[in-house]
Amino acid sequence: MAVELKDFYEKFRDPKTIKALSKAINQEAQKLDHPINIMEVCGGHTHTIMKYGLLQLLPKNIRFIHGPGCPVCIMPKERIDHAYILAMQEDVILCTLGDMIKVPGSRGSLQDARSKGADVRVVYSPLDVMKIAKENPTKKVIFFAIGFETTTPMTVALIENAMKQKISNILYHINHVTVPEVMRELIDSRDEHIDSYNNQIDAFLGPSHVSVITGSKIYEEFPTKYKRPVVVAGFEPVDVMEGVLMIIYQFLENRCEVEIQYKRSVNRNGNINAQKLIEKYFEKRELFKWRGLGNIPKSAWRLKDEYEHLDAEKLYELPKEEIEDHKLCICGDILRGMAKPTECQVFGTACTPQKPLGSCMVSSEGACAAYYKYGNLLQEVQ
Amino acid sequence: MCLSIPSKVVSIDQEKCTAIVDTLGVQREVGIDFIADEVKVGDFVLIHIGYAMNIIDEEYAKESIALYQEIIEKMEEAEKKQLINESDNCPGDGSGT
Repeated sequence: MAVELKDFYEKFRDPKTIKALSKAINQEAQKLDHPINIMEVCGGHTHTIMKYGLLQLLPKNIRFIHGPGCPVCIMPKERIDHAYILAMQEDVILCTLGDMIKVPGSRGSLQDARSKGADVRVVYSPLDVMKIAKENPTKKVIFFAIGFETTTPMTVALIENAMKQKISNILYHINHVTVPEVMRELIDSRDEHIDSYNNQIDAFLGPSHVSVITGSKIYEEFPTKYKRPVVVAGFEPVDVMEGVLMIIYQFLENRCEVEIQYKRSVNRNGNINAQKLIEKYFEKRELFKWRGLGNIPKSAWRLKDEYEHLDAEKLYELPKEEIEDHKLCICGDILRGMAKPTECQVFGTACTPQKPLGSCMVSSEGACAAYYKYGNLLQEVQ
Repeated sequence: MCLSIPSKVVSIDQEKCTAIVDTLGVQREVGIDFIADEVKVGDFVLIHIGYAMNIIDEEYAKESIALYQEIIEKMEEAEKKQLINESDNCPGDGSGT
């Protein structure tokens, strides 16, 4: 049989399959001698878990800890301020992806900058940036680039193609971050507080699309060095449920390794062309501040010095001091998986998707937004 | 936001390094910079912010679908057995699960 396009979404969302996997998970989990806390690193997984009500299908001893894998949510206020300042320049068109324009920095959000007359544009793809630059040759078009390993190659493809086509009015403000470093940070920070938290991460559900680009090799240190299994799972509900089952089997069989559930799209080595292109233009920053997590070494990319003429961070005077988050917002704890959105006192009251205080409520991949939208499914779980 | 629905490659323009893909009947142009050396018309690809990230392995997709079918059949078989079992045992005698 050939696979039809509809198979990809029908078969991987089939309620019967989800139910069958849920049954298997419940049966197998009874054999475990301790509960398992699984961190789903990626916001896309958080969204699927909430949207399809997967929490209700799991036994009490299998728990999800929502991770920091939402690029908008982890953006610290000072970086948003950079975008705001750049957008307010006389001759600048600032372009960025999706939800980024709604997140408030200390001066306001990019949406606020736009209402004050700044030319801020949401692009669907970096390809659109090229079009905007061609249409506005007298303006500087600055691409505020965000995202994990999934979107990093697309920014680099933009840099490469703009150079090839001799488009010289595009600059970049690079905020691309990487997954393994933050996973490491989350384990290390927990190990220090092991007595004060009962939410130790026992295993990781590895991101889908990040792994398409990087391959599963980037997680190999976690089973060996940290004794945490990693199962790279797809985004569909069936993928997530099968991923959970695979993690349970690892514990039952005393195995600890990197496994790929999402074999239709992920292999060990990933997309080598994309990786090479990234290394051509980018190098790791010594430190990058993540919202709620602080400074994490080697966890983000920057343009290499030889491309500094394209680097908006170097070409403009931008403030360097750190900025505190809103006191009532616990996004930081939520991003570290230390608290659930419903534990935040402003959740759903002073902080809603329409009027977000914190970043986790802004992005559809943020844990707070997912809980707000699909929270009615949680009553049984709590 | 990550979309996990694959798209089918309809045509390829190697010159521009782009392809026309079909996602649930909607056709659009995407960049193929990262897969240009191997992509063919008819391939399934995952699109993210205007670029194809990979070529989906149909064999693995088929394998997964067949495996899930098997799981469902096993479950239905077990449920049937359970029903027969339950009807064989008088309710209330403590032998039920």
